Amino acid sequence: MMSHWIIAPVVLPAILAPLIVLLMRGDLLLQRVFAVAGTFALNVLAVALLWAATVHPPEAYLLGNWPAPFGIVLMLDRLSAMMLMLTALLALVVQLYVISTDWDTRGRHFHALFLFQLMGINGAFLTGDAFNLFVFFEVLLIASYGLMIHGAGRDRLRAGVQYIAFNLIASTLFLFALATIYAVTGTLNMADLAVKVANLPEGDAALIRVAAVLLIAVFAIKGALVPLQFWLPGTYANAPGPVAALFAIMTKIGAYAILRTTTLIFPASTPATGSLILDLMLPAALVTLALGAVGILGARTLPRLAAFAGIASMGTLFTAMSAGTPQATSAAMYYMIHSTLATAAVFLIVDLITDRRHDGALTAQPRIAQQGLIAALFFATAIALAGMPPLSGFIGKLLVMDALRDNPALIWTVILASSFLMVLGFARAGSTLFWKSHATGEEPTPHEPEPLAFVAIGGLLAGLILLTIFAGPITTWLDATAAALHAPQAYIDANALPGGN
Amino acid sequence: MEALVATAIGLLTACGIYLMLRQRTFPVIIGLTLLSYAVNVFIFASGRLATGLPPIISSTAAGYTDPLPQALVLTAIVISFGMTAVIVLMALGAWLEAGHDRVDMDDDAAEGDKP
Repeated sequence: MMSHWIIAPVVLPAILAPLIVLLMRGDLLLQRVFAVAGTFALNVLAVALLWAATVHPPEAYLLGNWPAPFGIVLMLDRLSAMMLMLTALLALVVQLYVISTDWDTRGRHFHALFLFQLMGINGAFLTGDAFNLFVFFEVLLIASYGLMIHGAGRDRLRAGVQYIAFNLIASTLFLFALATIYAVTGTLNMADLAVKVANLPEGDAALIRVAAVLLIAVFAIKGALVPLQFWLPGTYANAPGPVAALFAIMTKIGAYAILRTTTLIFPASTPATGSLILDLMLPAALVTLALGAVGILGARTLPRLAAFAGIASMGTLFTAMSAGTPQATSAAMYYMIHSTLATAAVFLIVDLITDRRHDGALTAQPRIAQQGLIAALFFATAIALAGMPPLSGFIGKLLVMDALRDNPALIWTVILASSFLMVLGFARAGSTLFWKSHATGEEPTPHEPEPLAFVAIGGLLAGLILLTIFAGPITTWLDATAAALHAPQAYIDANALPGGN
Repeated sequence: MEALVATAIGLLTACGIYLMLRQRTFPVIIGLTLLSYAVNVFIFASGRLATGLPPIISSTAAGYTDPLPQALVLTAIVISFGMTAVIVLMALGAWLEAGHDRVDMDDDAAEGDKP
């Protein structure tokens, strides 16, 4: 029953990355070949695991064969398999873009750091142990520090210091939360926690509530939920474009962790925490969405526009998650896939434009090379991000609004008004970038064609189109995933805890 | 002993937070370090405080202290040490590039008080 393939998405990059550092440090071509081959293998693994998770119940992988809850377990279920698939696809696209635009020549060790980052992300999605989740967070963070300052430069380094400082504070809070949870329950295995928290004596409820809110706050920092979003615009706007595109999955790790903990450990039905977390999340999510929309409208540089688009999509995602019903969770997961692809696409397009214009200012400048093609891509991505038909953003928002019929006056108003602001913001940006540049009458400076970069962005948009066309089968699959998340008995049983069942 | 440990954690956290709110990178890094010390002691105490008891099985032991927080705190120490090393290097790089070590990105305001 126990399949060793579950740990492969962690082990493969963990072996490949040091090999790239140690054996291939002088040979960029070899690095590229091995990095792309590794990411391609991750895609194949993710497809296989996605298939396995679809047809089989959740499966635990006991590290060192120590029984849960004493050893560390990795858990493969539908949600983690879906996130693995999303990560692998995004990674492949970003890698193609990086190779095509020569981003990996602007600093050293890009591919090794990239693979270490994938190792951390995959581990965070797979782990079934709360402390192990912390460790994988640190793995992905330390790689992201290196990627964030790739290519260096004054502003990027200073933004990097801020980014590290925020994340160190978040890690400290994470440890405080985990230690409190351990002090109350005596376990850190997530399935065991689910059982123990559900049967917690009355007197310990206050402590576990503090720990739960601390833990969610840490994940909210990662997911850029207001009021903990302040680190994101500066970081993403100063990070290299393709790295920011990869970071589109980093905010989703926060969302994934909140989804996992609020369905498994602290569901609204648990007497110790009740609906406390979801009640706090709804207003924060709506403010996040509004802030992202206003930020898009007010952004004066392109990278900040993209960063605020990312914040707005996290707002929609958290709004859907705050309902805590299977239907809303399914809508949230659909929006999560859409928002990862669309946010990554907008960061890559912004990088193409800033690279050709030599700055990111949102002003009328002479035309750029390949302007028509880039404008078309920007237009399509803007439609997807703002949630206009016909792309998946529209379906995603429709699903979210359909799932949140309880309080339409407030929630629907915020979602629709912010969509309107986003349309305005993108229209303003697009017309300044592409139409007003014609008015300057100057000829574009020639630039390398970089066909593979366009293939990469086209791949992301193709993903959005497929997500739109196959919305039916995908939502059916997601409905089953959401149902499994909200009835986690199979997940808990897979851990084979002693004493129970 | 509980009161002593709790006071120590509280004091470390308070100093850490105060230093973290300073404007230059050096106090911020010291603040982060103090905060990580506080959390390390906190993790250690999460397995309950016991004096003179072994964490591993021994034939002469009267009782045991919880070994798991000790393993957790080791992991946390290693990680926070590594992260501190990264931020020190990054701060150094930012200082060399920018010519000053203010944490915020607002350069116009910084003109008046360069070190």
